[in-house]
Amino acid sequence: MAKQDYEMVMGLEVHAELSTKTKIFCSCPTEFGGEPNAHTCPICMAMPGTLPVLNEKVVEYAVKAGLAVNCEISRDSKNDRKNYFYPDLPKAYQISQFDKPLCKAGYIEIEDDNGNPKKIGITRIHIEEDSGKLNHNEFSGGSLVDLNRAGVPLIEIVSEPDLRSPGEAERYLKKLKSILEYIEVSDCKMQEGSLRADVNVSVRKKDAKEFGTRTEMKNMNSFKAITRAIEYEADRQIDVIEQGGKIDQETLRWDDVSGKTFSMRDKEDAQDYRYFPEPDLVAIKLSEEYIQNVKNNLPELPESRKARYMEEFNLSEKDSRLLTASKYLSNMFEEAQSICKNAKAVANWLLSDISRILNEKEMEPENIPFTGKEVAKLVELIDKGTISSAIAKKVVEELFENPKDPEEIIKEKGWIQISDEGAIQGIVMEILKNNPQSIADYKAGKDRALGFLVGQAMKQTKGKANPQMLNKMFLEELNK
Amino acid sequence: MDITELTVHELQEKLKNSELTSYDITKAYTDKIQEKEKDVQAFVTELSEEALKQAKEIDEKRKAGEELSNLAGIPIGIKDIICTKGVRTTCSSKMLENFIAPYDATVMEKVNAEGLIDLGKLNMDEFAMGGSTEYSYFKKTRNPWNLNKVPGGSSGGSAAAVAAGLVPWALGTDTGGSIRQPASFCGIVGLKPTYGLVSRYGVVAFASSLDQVGPMTKDVTDCAMLLNIIAGRDEKDTTSVDNGDKDYVKSLKNDVKGLKIGVPKEYFGEGINSEVKQKLEEAIERYKKLGAIVEECSLDIADYALATYYIVACAEASSNLGRFDGIRYGHRTENFTNLKELYRNSRSEGFGDEVKRRIILGTYVLSSGYYDAYYKKAQQVRTLVMNEFSKLFEKYDVLLTPTSPTVAFDVGSKTNNPLEMYLADICTVSVNIAGLPGISVPCGVDSQGMPIGMQLIGNRFKEETILNAAYTFEQDYKFREKYKPQFVK
Amino acid sequence: MAQVSKEELLHIANLANLNLKDEEIDTYLLNLQDILNFADIVNKANVEGLDITVGANEAKNIFRKDEVVEFKDTESLLQNAPEKERNMFKIPKVIQ
Repeated sequence: MAKQDYEMVMGLEVHAELSTKTKIFCSCPTEFGGEPNAHTCPICMAMPGTLPVLNEKVVEYAVKAGLAVNCEISRDSKNDRKNYFYPDLPKAYQISQFDKPLCKAGYIEIEDDNGNPKKIGITRIHIEEDSGKLNHNEFSGGSLVDLNRAGVPLIEIVSEPDLRSPGEAERYLKKLKSILEYIEVSDCKMQEGSLRADVNVSVRKKDAKEFGTRTEMKNMNSFKAITRAIEYEADRQIDVIEQGGKIDQETLRWDDVSGKTFSMRDKEDAQDYRYFPEPDLVAIKLSEEYIQNVKNNLPELPESRKARYMEEFNLSEKDSRLLTASKYLSNMFEEAQSICKNAKAVANWLLSDISRILNEKEMEPENIPFTGKEVAKLVELIDKGTISSAIAKKVVEELFENPKDPEEIIKEKGWIQISDEGAIQGIVMEILKNNPQSIADYKAGKDRALGFLVGQAMKQTKGKANPQMLNKMFLEELNK
Repeated sequence: MDITELTVHELQEKLKNSELTSYDITKAYTDKIQEKEKDVQAFVTELSEEALKQAKEIDEKRKAGEELSNLAGIPIGIKDIICTKGVRTTCSSKMLENFIAPYDATVMEKVNAEGLIDLGKLNMDEFAMGGSTEYSYFKKTRNPWNLNKVPGGSSGGSAAAVAAGLVPWALGTDTGGSIRQPASFCGIVGLKPTYGLVSRYGVVAFASSLDQVGPMTKDVTDCAMLLNIIAGRDEKDTTSVDNGDKDYVKSLKNDVKGLKIGVPKEYFGEGINSEVKQKLEEAIERYKKLGAIVEECSLDIADYALATYYIVACAEASSNLGRFDGIRYGHRTENFTNLKELYRNSRSEGFGDEVKRRIILGTYVLSSGYYDAYYKKAQQVRTLVMNEFSKLFEKYDVLLTPTSPTVAFDVGSKTNNPLEMYLADICTVSVNIAGLPGISVPCGVDSQGMPIGMQLIGNRFKEETILNAAYTFEQDYKFREKYKPQFVK
Repeated sequence: MAQVSKEELLHIANLANLNLKDEEIDTYLLNLQDILNFADIVNKANVEGLDITVGANEAKNIFRKDEVVEFKDTESLLQNAPEKERNMFKIPKVIQ
């Protein structure tokens, strides 16, 4: 049997840090940085006798997330303790949710590898607390515990095992990230670890009904690592099965440097989390009114924004989808559009040159160093004929390097378009004089010659000549 | 006049009339500690020096006309499970021998705001697990009525200190009887409030869904006064409840006419010492004489409640005590080369046998495969117990039972068989399981002069009802005028 | 009714991070079995249709506002640490 006879099956458990001001169970700030243990108090340090008090925003944000991914919101929910010892977990239990998560049975729609729409089920979303951090000291040979992150609120979003390819996994995670950004419950910064995923992978023969044994890779925090890890792990599992072996259900660590997975936990140290209801916290019973209120205050989500773009701006389905895939890109579009009122042009610039540069630089839209204002200005300058689109391309490049008002850029660089009739006339005459063959070609019916001549003129003026005027004057001269 | 024999409400009067100063009172107590502590062994940490200093300061403030609470300058003793900022809180465990809390428990903040003076931290069974205070890592507290007997537990230090006159009153905690049983053994009044009436913030957790802080006092009036200070909703404890600022002293009406008292017959059967039973029957007669309507009733859940108690309490404790890992505070072993050894050796050296036994039981009942059969079932039985009590409270205002099946037993006589010791909690634990208020009041002594306690159980947040019932009995029976601890050696 | 084996007891002790000395094991087994035998009475109760009770009161939805209150005295949080370095708790090296 060969690799193509197998099917990959994946599910994702995504942890997103919520962007509340304070921790989930105490009033310490959640901000990044700070001296070790500076953002701690007796509660998040698990001093004897302390008690948790649930942050109301955590419930609200989790419900928001649930509604945004089509979940049922539990009317009756509670917190549970998950017991295990680890130095980054000061209470020796994590307050999480076990059998009554805040949200369950939702879905997200993505595209499968053939571009067809596919629903990925969301089993549940629950709230829990993050753990602290261990720093390793090479000199003294020990580890050092910093509890600044201990107690930062998380939601865990668990998908159904509906994903069938690394591409689907990536698109699912991107979509989820985008939704969480839209509803502003998490800043989803993967590098800082505020969005991370545990990936469950198994393989099975294509005609098999049962799932294979799965392995889990913890705390993956880049799209690239996730797709690579899935591919590696699926191949590894297929190899094991092909050689007559069995897959162990275990937790693996993905090593991005070697591009391999490694077994993580001692097998004899089998975990038994001894979940039980958290007696220090009271039940969470959400009313219809509460849920409706959160629903009413939910910002516009990508799907409805997409529909609106098609309807309101006459953009294509594809452009609308691409624009709304990222809240940042979409917001930039709206900002620019509202200033310059040229939706099509703004969409084009965002999806062509700006997206291309993002790709080349491996940047996310949230890291674009300029705003919609600059984009609007750019489009206005083109529309007014102050610059050509060729120049505009250069302005965009410049905006990434040295963001400022495009008008200033073109002034500084001397990129203002030549629209002076006399000047254009002079250039046209000069080009015609130097290209007699093109004139002959044109007269012989080769329309392409016109394009060549305009191109030559643009080249000579370093793109600054107004292309419409060039076109018009060349035609006038050639048809004389 | 022996100041240490006065109740707090008497002391308060004398402070008000300027018959006594805070220093006089505090000095009387520190002198008594000097004299008797070597016999009673009630303190883990004595704060006599600091207390006298504070007393002087308060006297000066009072003299200068500063507005102070009526109780400012009266001393108190604190069970060593309640966190006190800057003073060590040990839970009578080697694990916390040198632990200094960076904050005050909410009840401690309230005690401090009232101007009460902390005389010291009182001994207990390690982490409140036990019923004799013999499981303290530091010392075995003795019963002031007979020094060969235990004071009960786990708040044995608090009970013995109040009975011996080493403190005028004290705070204890009660998870399965830890206030009421030692109060009964030492001939004092002890109240376990309704779950949620008093904040648990800063009280080192044994079993979170059962623990409550409560007063341990010489009489019922003091009990109501101390409850006034500590009760009320605390935003740091989500399980605490607003009681509408009740004044419990006002509930002491010295009148039980028409009060309906139920006497569950199951609490008077096998296993109850005959002298205990006899004193309880006399108490019942007294209530009838005082105009209460007393009826026998049935509450056949004692064994269920006891089993549920040990499952739930140990499960919660196994989790609550996980934080003692030798990393941020508490005992750390010297013998380790890796993390696992650090954990295991620190915990094994830091905890005593009874604590370990309960952690193991608790871990077992929560572990995969047993959760449903024990923990989950126990939580359902807990509902059953609550329902049974609710039914009785439709008919009765108060339920009356012994506090303990026996009087105080000899030191060292009972600790070999854990189950036997657990069974002794039969009268008290169902009250915690159902979250109800329960008070123990002295109702006599046995032939050897050891005190016997009567337990009055009320419906939820009906502290006034049981306080009044206890007060009315006390006013008529006059236990304190009849009997005094003799410090028998 | 559950019969506790020695292996189980050791597994439980391991989960709880407690050592049991060889000579203690039999006593623990006996005590544990005794208590479990008694506790098994919960399985005889008629609890059909009864919900579980988690806490002893029926409070619900008690939340805190999302407002920062900084605990300034970090020093006091670290004062009980058996070993610390650069304001962090020091432990033996842990490989993650």
